[in-house]
Amino acid sequence: MSYIPNTDQDRKAMLEILGLSDMEGLFREIPEGVRLKRGLDLPTAMSEPELLRHAGELAGSNAASDRWVCFLGGGAYDHYVPSVVGYLLSRGEFLTAYTPYQAEISQGTLQAIYEFQSMICALTGMDVANASLYDGASALAEACMMAVRVTGRSRVLVSCTVNPRYREVLATYARGAGFDIEEVPFVHAENDVGGSGVTDLERLKGAVSAVPDEVAAVVLQDPNFFGLLEPAREVGSIAASHGALFIVSCNPVSLGLLEPPGAYGADIVVGEGQPLGCGLNFGGPYLGFFATRQKFVRQMPGRVAGATLDAEGRRGYVLTLQAREQHIRREKATSNICTNQALMALAATIYLSVVGPQGLNRIAELCAAKARYAAGRLAGIPGCELVFKGPFFNEFVVRAPKPADVVLGQLMEHGILGGLDLGVFYPEMAGSMLIAVTEKRTRQEIDGLVDLMGGIVRGEG
Amino acid sequence: MERGKKGREPLIFEYSRPGRGGGNLPGPDVPMDLVDWFPQERLRQGLRGLPEVAEVDVIRHFTRLSQLNYSVDTGFYPLGSCTMKYNPRVNETVAGLPGFSWLHPHTPDELAQGALAVIHELERYLCEIGGMARASLQPAAGAHGELAGMLIMKAYHEQRGQGHRRRVIVPDSAHGTNPATAALCGFEVVQVQSDDRGGIDLGALASLLGEDTAGLMLTNPNTLGLFDENIIRIAAMVHEAGGLLYYDGANANAILGISRPGDMGFDIVHFNLHKTFSTPHGGGGPGAGAVGVKEHLVPFLPVPLVDRVDDGGNVAYRLNHDLPQSIGRLHAFMGNFGVVLRAYAYIRTLGAEGLRSVSNNAVLNANYLLAGLKDLLEVPYDRLCMHEFVVSARNIKKETGISALDIAKRLIDHGFHPPTMYFPLIVEECLMVEPTETESKETLDRFIAAFRDIIHEAREEPEQVKLAPQSTVVGRMDEALAARKPDLRFVAD
Repeated sequence: MSYIPNTDQDRKAMLEILGLSDMEGLFREIPEGVRLKRGLDLPTAMSEPELLRHAGELAGSNAASDRWVCFLGGGAYDHYVPSVVGYLLSRGEFLTAYTPYQAEISQGTLQAIYEFQSMICALTGMDVANASLYDGASALAEACMMAVRVTGRSRVLVSCTVNPRYREVLATYARGAGFDIEEVPFVHAENDVGGSGVTDLERLKGAVSAVPDEVAAVVLQDPNFFGLLEPAREVGSIAASHGALFIVSCNPVSLGLLEPPGAYGADIVVGEGQPLGCGLNFGGPYLGFFATRQKFVRQMPGRVAGATLDAEGRRGYVLTLQAREQHIRREKATSNICTNQALMALAATIYLSVVGPQGLNRIAELCAAKARYAAGRLAGIPGCELVFKGPFFNEFVVRAPKPADVVLGQLMEHGILGGLDLGVFYPEMAGSMLIAVTEKRTRQEIDGLVDLMGGIVRGEG
Repeated sequence: MERGKKGREPLIFEYSRPGRGGGNLPGPDVPMDLVDWFPQERLRQGLRGLPEVAEVDVIRHFTRLSQLNYSVDTGFYPLGSCTMKYNPRVNETVAGLPGFSWLHPHTPDELAQGALAVIHELERYLCEIGGMARASLQPAAGAHGELAGMLIMKAYHEQRGQGHRRRVIVPDSAHGTNPATAALCGFEVVQVQSDDRGGIDLGALASLLGEDTAGLMLTNPNTLGLFDENIIRIAAMVHEAGGLLYYDGANANAILGISRPGDMGFDIVHFNLHKTFSTPHGGGGPGAGAVGVKEHLVPFLPVPLVDRVDDGGNVAYRLNHDLPQSIGRLHAFMGNFGVVLRAYAYIRTLGAEGLRSVSNNAVLNANYLLAGLKDLLEVPYDRLCMHEFVVSARNIKKETGISALDIAKRLIDHGFHPPTMYFPLIVEECLMVEPTETESKETLDRFIAAFRDIIHEAREEPEQVKLAPQSTVVGRMDEALAARKPDLRFVAD
């Protein structure tokens, strides 16, 4: 109640002007039959100190990476967030503004979006980007819907090395929008010499040529869900040779080190922006980024900021290309999306400004080198092995001679979140773990993981 | 670079100098053994287009950008259908607790009990407020919640062998997301007109209902700020025809503890946590669009739900993926959890009486403001309003040439954010005003006085109004130019 400024006296004066004797009178147009005749059944109101004590207890019961050592990845990563990011995001002028409909008093948000779009284009090697979408998964789904619109075809081929959660979200959207999804398996090989764990090109070729004029898009994740580099160029040419769009989902931090999808033929590049300064937040708020080629700009979903001039010739920014959007086009819009994740796009813009090209390259190198170090040491434990042999970026797959849930459970007893049990996502990979390493993990933490894992494998757990 | 002078802030890229900046990163403590690790052709050859700036440049640049924004923190923001209420800071503190902000979304259930408890409890509160059985907090925005709701509607009909129900009815006063979402789910959208009291025209509705009706999407109070007095009849008509009722909860700030969508007959509800439940809008997200349903639709909710398990006094929360008829997943993880936390903190702070008081005061403020503007502008529906209302500048425009847009822009010069303009589409020269409960009578009086000045000015010096805003860093922007020659990114020479 402390958020309401009006006093009883104010309310009395206001009711008098309205000719009403009490607050009930304000609601007389609500039919009796739908009025709630009791109070809501909710917990008693809390004072601020009570709330903070309660919230502190809840927060304290979570195994968060402020106190735990986190090797979890699989779509969200424990990267360092420079203090500048949180400080600037907390400024009320950014935090408490609405979507920038009134451009004259929203130049801050609009210019920041323009800068965000510019940085996403630079990172991905694409021509145009939007102001962000909800997360990496919905960005991928929106990309597929765009490909269906652009090509007039209704079948989308998705590699099984794409994040399984993203494939689930895509399936939800596809059922609504009415297009088909076909999953393309990855290479499983015994005595792997470097080719397994990535999209099976022969199977992909077969799937495309089985219905040559029906495939709207081929979807790849690079680096893929197992952290491995995909034969991206080859996948792109298979898509292109059949007139399908090539959609790539990628980790933006990897682009500090690896060639951008724009350079190997991607038509749409999407991904999860969380690694760019968003913290972990139990899955959100994050942001999906979305970039494409110039020729598709009017088919792109979501908000877009553009530069223009005022009557005096001063440069400024507005939301533009709104003829694509729901508030103008209603049922004919390119998407139903209304807002973006503006504040998180701002976080990414600030993050990229702070670290710059050299910092991002450095972070990517640290992740790759630390992941490689961790993988090498874990593979040295008798009985443990790397499941795939190809080069990986910041995460990799290890199989121990004990069930993954047992290994991970024992690591938890030592304050370590050891990785993801891959059997949850790929039943045939039960026993394998996906382990992620960011620049935040120290050599000491990695060595600690290796020592504990060795003990667990030897039965000392 | 010119700083400190009123005018444009350069792009961050314009501050860039080769070799500057780079952050304060950890040094290598493992071998940086990457030569020959990645195939040479897959390595990036330089990264052009990101700025190289010092930390102080970043702070100054974004601080100056922030100062170009209008916000709830800097002034009155009566933007209709957006519920720009004060965003309590304790909620930010709660969301920033490291136990939440550094919790990885793949953390096993037993180590994320605090987070799962918050999700489950907020679900329970929202179901109580909305009169629903269960809810999913996965949708990341209102439109995302609508998508969930309409996919549920589709799955329900298909499961009953009623897949031919392909038409969704939407009022002519509806938010644009309603028809866009229905179309995205493969429905055919038909529009029902409003009657002269601003509610749904019952005759028109009857003529649209039939064998092919999937449902009706409705906002109540609607976008005119009016409570549809015929809601019980409307619900009965739609249900008799075999359709479902979808409640667009964008306008729920008037009904907390007063009337529940479930009791009005709605089957599906979405709430915008960033409107009614005080979480900040962030310049256009992140929001959260929790979607709740009645018992018969629970099997179709997105997976996973968070269940509370009471094992002989040991309470635990766990993710439940076992909903075979679910529409599936909508978000890679649990939605915008940080937003969920803020809404949870808000409801725990206010409790039942506090929420009721929110709606009382929101409706009082709206009616008081409406009364103050009545002699200045046309009121197309002269009734008690709920949390917001619409006025029309049609007569003023005829008389002076000054449009709703001109008035809106001139309000900026008086220090106010303009109301929503030209929406809903059924009111000419429309201004839609939502003051919210967190504004004082003095602020509302000042806003009325500003309107009075502008209407006076429209009659005396209309050219001044047409030049508005005059106090801002830029004037009215050439939007046609922006759309004709899209300039959507900075390109270095």
